[in-house]
Amino acid sequence: MADTTPKPEELSRIDHTPPFMRGWMDTPVEIRKGIACYGAAGKNLSAVGMPNARNWTPFEDDWKLPDDWQSIVKEGFRDRLDKFRSLKLFMDICVRCGACADKCHFFIGSGDPKNMPVMRAELIRSVYRKNFTTGGKVLGKLAGARDLTEDVLKEWWYYLYQCTECRRCSLFCPYGIDTAEVTILGRELTNLLGLNTDWIQAPVANCNRTGNHLGIQPHAYKDMLDFFVDEIEEITGIRVEPTFNRKGAEILFITPSGDVFADPGTYTCMGYLMLFHYLQSMGLDITWSTYASEGGNFGYFTSHEMAKRLNAKMYAEARRLGVKWILGGECGHMWRVLNQYMDTWNGPADFLEEPVSPITGTKFENAKSTKMVHITEFTADLIKQNKLKLDPSRNDHLTVTFHDSCNPARGMGLFEEPRYVIKHVCNNFYEMPPETIREQTFCCGSGAGLNAGEDMELRMRGGLPRANAVQHVHEKHGVNMMACICAIDRAVFPTLMEYWVPEVDITGVHEMVGNALVFEGENERTTDLRGEPLAGMEDDEDV
Amino acid sequence: MNFIVSILFSFCAVIVLVLIPWIGVGAFNLRVLFGIIVPYAAMATFFVGIVVKVIGWAQSPSPFRIPTTAGQQWSLPWIKHSPIDNPRTTGGVVVRMIFEVLTFRSLFRNTRLEYRNTDGVPKVDYEWEKWLWLAALLFHYSFLVIFLRHFRLFLQQIPGFVTLLDNLDGFMQMGILPIPGLNIPEVYLTDMLIMLALTYLFVRRLYIPQIRYLSLPADYFPLFLLLALGFTGILMRYLLRVDVTAVKELAVGLFKFQPKSPEGIGVIFYIHLFMISVLVAYFPFSKLMHFAGVFLSPTRNLSNNSRIKRHINPWNYPVKYHTYAEYEDEFRDHMIEAGLPVEKQPEGAAETGEKE
Repeated sequence: MADTTPKPEELSRIDHTPPFMRGWMDTPVEIRKGIACYGAAGKNLSAVGMPNARNWTPFEDDWKLPDDWQSIVKEGFRDRLDKFRSLKLFMDICVRCGACADKCHFFIGSGDPKNMPVMRAELIRSVYRKNFTTGGKVLGKLAGARDLTEDVLKEWWYYLYQCTECRRCSLFCPYGIDTAEVTILGRELTNLLGLNTDWIQAPVANCNRTGNHLGIQPHAYKDMLDFFVDEIEEITGIRVEPTFNRKGAEILFITPSGDVFADPGTYTCMGYLMLFHYLQSMGLDITWSTYASEGGNFGYFTSHEMAKRLNAKMYAEARRLGVKWILGGECGHMWRVLNQYMDTWNGPADFLEEPVSPITGTKFENAKSTKMVHITEFTADLIKQNKLKLDPSRNDHLTVTFHDSCNPARGMGLFEEPRYVIKHVCNNFYEMPPETIREQTFCCGSGAGLNAGEDMELRMRGGLPRANAVQHVHEKHGVNMMACICAIDRAVFPTLMEYWVPEVDITGVHEMVGNALVFEGENERTTDLRGEPLAGMEDDEDV
Repeated sequence: MNFIVSILFSFCAVIVLVLIPWIGVGAFNLRVLFGIIVPYAAMATFFVGIVVKVIGWAQSPSPFRIPTTAGQQWSLPWIKHSPIDNPRTTGGVVVRMIFEVLTFRSLFRNTRLEYRNTDGVPKVDYEWEKWLWLAALLFHYSFLVIFLRHFRLFLQQIPGFVTLLDNLDGFMQMGILPIPGLNIPEVYLTDMLIMLALTYLFVRRLYIPQIRYLSLPADYFPLFLLLALGFTGILMRYLLRVDVTAVKELAVGLFKFQPKSPEGIGVIFYIHLFMISVLVAYFPFSKLMHFAGVFLSPTRNLSNNSRIKRHINPWNYPVKYHTYAEYEDEFRDHMIEAGLPVEKQPEGAAETGEKE
């Protein structure tokens, strides 16, 4: 954590009262370190053909904009108004009732009034009114309209990249106005000028070239999984045998590369490997891909087009390998993209078959068209059909709660499947307060490409509502582990917990599945996948 | 611009709007202008404006299926699905929309942030908050009832449901009015409720710091206009009585497109009529369009079935993506070395000898 990040005591002094006399239009933006991310590097912009590729930094006055930047944005705006009813409608119908105002984790954690979702959208709406409505052209400020100046553009940028597109606000809006939609399209406009953050642009460039955000090349990808194979053997005595880029496999498995690369996601990855091995003798025929080695999609934080380009690899690889259907790992925005966009962008997937579990024969009718199944749907079905021998007591050293990741929650409705799995692989499970879970879940504070290092203060602020709910169950029930189904969650929560609730650690659901799975002929387990002693085995470690 | 400017501007605008018919009819007797021409022009603006606006929205497609899912998806048969909050079918969407439009369901979810910091330990809580929902509901339903009640003025034959509403609305007056001898008629419950709700909606904009900060003149103006409309209506009914027979003659004439401008209607009526004229003419250009927009909102009016049935984007276009062939060309040697299968053997393999 950056030294400059304020301490929790300091950071939690939050004033939610906006200035009394000074209106928001008269308050110019101040781009603060710790809140904003670094600007996209020229090489990462040009790698995928983004416009205005150059090195730039948001902390300097000169953003190196093209001369005609205003007309580029206005044209881009007009184009998107014609293409997206959502944008057109959301520009016109907000009544500023303020129901969304205190629902945003960034407003709760920062008190910055422009982080109220309605204000974030008003920053864009004000320019819309000035350029596309008669009232705005005539009455100007009195109609809530303003010119698109460089200051306004910078304000847009600052607040568009302080939104994690979690859609919590849209749940409470009486007209369903979705600030994520405004943010997504607003970011598209900034990307017409080469104004991405590098934390988004670099993964996009990597993913385009190597197949995954982290830039892991095919041989290294295999190396990492081989390393997990050894680890699993050490703990269980079982040697799992994943295959890669294998033609003719029945199922293609795609998961976020974060699971392959960064703790504690790696333990979740070990869980997948163990589950697949367990099912192998029962008829599971599955392969991993190094080309489509990314479930997540940072293109989605850039533009619809970039998201579509990166997403296209999934179906392309499924077609090349000749699989029947695709199984997707635990990832948040990946599943919003798969559920709400993939088929529309890159379908129809008529070269695949309607997914059927080879173990249970269950038809996944809810994935009839995309042909892509969520792994918790797959595993919940296995457990329900009694196909897994599980020993939940192997997770007795954990007292678990579950964080609903924003995208599978509000962009899909995946609530019961992960809970069903969790309740069968562990004995101690407690929910956080109802206003903080399921459809009302709070973001980790680092989604939508904000999981960088330089914006740590923003992340700790945005994660406060979630951390506070964890604190509550930690104190009340002794929760020491939060499960989640998102690779960004797994990457960012350890830092957030260390900051606010250091006693709580983070796990993926399939890490706990891996712990609980009972293999024939395995060694007696004394530790979990992390090498931590199981409950009742603490003494054995010392021997 | 701050909230004082916003409020003053909106307030002054409404005062000016009150003065226009007051002077126009009171001093210059422009009864035809304010009794016939302005109302017709306003109605025309209202209908044309709304149609143009809605068609404008409808011309932009919904390229993606982006419902906000507020309940369990339809997945495995033994998992309980939320058919309304996460609709799979059009039927579910219709029910969701009915709840949304008639009961303001999303707003009913509203909570209020309660943030406390005790010795550096933050506590984030969410308190009960249904007042906004209640005020919104009271306002809209009162407005509807009042609007329907007015049909006794628009139509020569008063429909039965109007009389029924009238009786129901006038029933609960808690014995305050009519005061015998003052000739004040029964009090309508909705008259009181709408003024109460509007006052609350105004006061909360002023009182809650966040709402004060984000409010624009476009938020205060319709509130003041509606308050003026309600106030003139109440004045007319309870204090400055006007000749109802003449008003009805004018209103029925307007409705039948045989406009008449009867003599002897008090100025207060023309002010009331002008307020509603301004309101309807302002409607298509304002946030009041939310009444039509909510039906088109893609986060509410689409079912969550995009994994089951392909949703078509009319402007979907092909994109260039990094193909597997390009990928393998770059990494082929590494892949072979790592034992990963490849589509093509390296070109160099056969030619190595020639190139030394």
